[in-house]
Amino acid sequence: MSSTREPEREPVVTRAPGGTPVLTPVLTAKNVSIEYEVTPVVHAVKDVSLTLHRGEILGLAGESGCGKTTFAYGLNKLLKPPALMRSGEITFHDKNGEDIDVVGLDGERLRAFRWDKISMVFQGAMNSLNPVISVKAQLYDIFSTHRPGMSTKEKKAASEELLRTVGVDPARLGSYAHEFSGGMRQRVMIAMALALRPQVMIMDEPTTALDVVVQRGILREIMRLREQFDFAVVFITHDLPMLLEISDRIAVMRAGEIVELDSAENIYTNPQHEYTRKLLSSFPSLTGDRGAFVRTGEQSGEVA
Amino acid sequence: MAKDDIRDRETVTPADVLGGPTRRRGLTDFMPRKSGKLLAGLVLVVGTLLFAFLGPLFTQNPRNSDNPALLPPGSDGHVLGTTSLGRDVLAQLAHGAQGSIMVGLVAGAIALVLSLIFGILAGYVGGWTDEGLSAFTSVMLVLPGLPLIIVLASFAQQSDALQFMSRSLWLVAIILGLTAWPGAAIVLRSQARSLRVRDYVAASRVAGEKPHWIIGVEILPNLLPLLAAQFIGAVILAIMNEAGLAYLGLGPSGSITWGTMLNEAQTGAALTRGAWWWFVPPGLMIALFGCGLSLINFSIDEVVNPKLRTAPAAVKSVRKAAKAVAEDEKKVEA
Amino acid sequence: MSVLEVKDLVKDFTVRKGLKRSKLRAVNDVSFTLEPGKTIALVGESGSGKSTVARMIAKLETPSSGEILLDGVPSATRGRGLDGYRHDVQMVFQDPFASLNPFHSIEHHLERPLKLHKRAKGRGELEGQIHALLERVNLTPAEVMAKRRPHELSGGQRQRVAIARALAPGARFLVADEPVSMLDVSIRLGVLNLLARLQREENLGVLYITHDLATARHFSDEILVMFRGTIVERGPSDEVILDPQHEYTKLLLSASPDPGNQGRLRDEVRAELAASAAGGTVQDPGRDRFGTAGL
Repeated sequence: MSSTREPEREPVVTRAPGGTPVLTPVLTAKNVSIEYEVTPVVHAVKDVSLTLHRGEILGLAGESGCGKTTFAYGLNKLLKPPALMRSGEITFHDKNGEDIDVVGLDGERLRAFRWDKISMVFQGAMNSLNPVISVKAQLYDIFSTHRPGMSTKEKKAASEELLRTVGVDPARLGSYAHEFSGGMRQRVMIAMALALRPQVMIMDEPTTALDVVVQRGILREIMRLREQFDFAVVFITHDLPMLLEISDRIAVMRAGEIVELDSAENIYTNPQHEYTRKLLSSFPSLTGDRGAFVRTGEQSGEVA
Repeated sequence: MAKDDIRDRETVTPADVLGGPTRRRGLTDFMPRKSGKLLAGLVLVVGTLLFAFLGPLFTQNPRNSDNPALLPPGSDGHVLGTTSLGRDVLAQLAHGAQGSIMVGLVAGAIALVLSLIFGILAGYVGGWTDEGLSAFTSVMLVLPGLPLIIVLASFAQQSDALQFMSRSLWLVAIILGLTAWPGAAIVLRSQARSLRVRDYVAASRVAGEKPHWIIGVEILPNLLPLLAAQFIGAVILAIMNEAGLAYLGLGPSGSITWGTMLNEAQTGAALTRGAWWWFVPPGLMIALFGCGLSLINFSIDEVVNPKLRTAPAAVKSVRKAAKAVAEDEKKVEA
Repeated sequence: MSVLEVKDLVKDFTVRKGLKRSKLRAVNDVSFTLEPGKTIALVGESGSGKSTVARMIAKLETPSSGEILLDGVPSATRGRGLDGYRHDVQMVFQDPFASLNPFHSIEHHLERPLKLHKRAKGRGELEGQIHALLERVNLTPAEVMAKRRPHELSGGQRQRVAIARALAPGARFLVADEPVSMLDVSIRLGVLNLLARLQREENLGVLYITHDLATARHFSDEILVMFRGTIVERGPSDEVILDPQHEYTKLLLSASPDPGNQGRLRDEVRAELAASAAGGTVQDPGRDRFGTAGL
């Protein structure tokens, strides 16, 4: 009944002796198109197909307004009018073998599905904690909604365990959002997303507003938790170098379409699409040779 | 600092596309949008202004008491009848409109200048200047308005120094202006404080602009809609307060305003005599003119606060999308 | 030889908490010398005081102590002396969406500094100068761009206008406070390259303030690393990046994403987990030397 009390879940990715994981899909999106019904109509996502595997970190890279957040909202059926999913299928492959048609979910079933199977860390999540309710109440709220059988004692234990998991002192359970620093708030958000041990976590720019050192700590935490609990991550950001470091595969999105989807290694060493190359060339290497493109004063990139 | 602009964001959410409070701003955005509200307001205000400035050309002398007393409307060429002193109500109404509007404009202008000085200066300069000016503003704000006006007005009547303008229209306008600015000043101060730390103000300073130029050319234009709204608000308030003062017998003597008409109707016992045509027209004019100005103000408010403006459009597009969803579902069922 | 010298710059802010007043030292004893044609990068995280240094050099803040010397002469803080200083030292702001006045046209933004610093006489010359400036930052056709308003331009275009405005007085030194951090990634290098070209053409001294070590390395000659108001490491940019001496610089470097590092983090984490599973604890005491784990 309450999976949070399980000490640890059995790893779902079975790794072949060579170390290469056997890929089983956990979330499949097929020909998803999303529009904003404003005048004129905005085609935010155009015919996007994507498969997310168990335990995988899939990076979704793109610039402002490329539709990556809209797509992520669509994956979790979080779109609100005027955003409208015009076509496409989204299927969640539960670990018990059941296939769930996400688009068709509604009412109670949708509520039960969300957060339990797919959770989300929102953009600017630091500010999406409720400022007038303690962290404890917000965590308890998740359990009361999705695990109605849990006693207060169990909730407390589970909440403290969660905070410990993401590297926050459990003694601060009763604190309010403003009592935490930005990085700590982000960790709390991740704890909340982890609460029900979801099989997929969608992270929308979870570290954009943070300094690199803090960012690194949180990325490390995410990677560590992924190894421990084996959830799949859709990690959305414009920071391609960061994605290259953490992702297994990367999808590059532009103007509502995925222009390239490949393993992180291939994206880095052998990008196929011109836009991928352009994005890559936008980030000079930190420690490598000084590239010819840098500080020549020649025009590269955007002209006017 | 609120750095919340759709173009700064990496992704666009529904609220952005709808253009919540973060919509792009251009010069055209500083103009009120054409709407029923604005149109109705303009019709009322322009109509009243025309009546005030063209009306007297076609009416008799408002002080002419040769007419029979208390004629009902329509009789003997007196469209709105006459007063107990035999004065033509329409003529009084037209001249009173001039008086009331003059009081409103003069008081509004005085209030505007004072709120600019106390608001913008305090907000922009900061420091001790700010502390002093805001303390004074706060004191003025908590003084109850009408009693203060009454005290000032009766004092001015007694004062020998003010004898030269004793109980003139101007004196009343000045008193009303002197008491109407603190609320606006507090709003302007907070606006100026927020604009002062904007990067474009800092950039002007780095470019070498002088403070008076920064206030006048870089900050004030961005406050124009707000100033317009405050001016109109002050005009409405002044016209209302003038009517109140006049009704209490503290209005301008020697001039005609809607307020003095009401006062005369009161002293002439118009109500008990059933002479409704004596007090209803000035009351109605005050209400309609105030209503017209308020409607214009609401339209300006939408410029100042884009949330008000985009709300109807947002509701519409949400409804449209919801409808599309419903249609899709119908198709699936069929 | 003209130089901009910053000497022992200190800035204290008074923090009021209830009735208590305490002092917060935002900038502590910062000194460096900016030479024409050279770029110094001031690198640090948020709250390190790097922007305060920029604002002091731009005379938007007054230093608590220390001096800013232009050509060896202490710079004025008011009056005609300040006008002269502004003639030589200009600034590009971080947020191009906030640094241009939404009410005014692009023309206005360039016209004012040209007029204030008496760079042009008469309408015709003024217009010619405005168009020349716009062309230099690749905003063409200049006649069309000049008439536009900020909201009609993209972020990159706006930042080019901001750069043109900074150049308008004929500045010799430029303070660029995170000039590309608010822009979309694919246009960042374009704007930085533009800055580099203008710098070469005009022999400008540039103070490039950033949190991005990679661009700091590639676009500057010298890097100063700032931590909590103090410069903890300085040196030629390649040396600082490739052979960091101070622990904080090392920490920053190890935390900065590098495209070449793929999978390294994952492997590190796996190794750590494997090690802790094997019974050892891998709490690196050195990791939290700067108190950032709690942030």
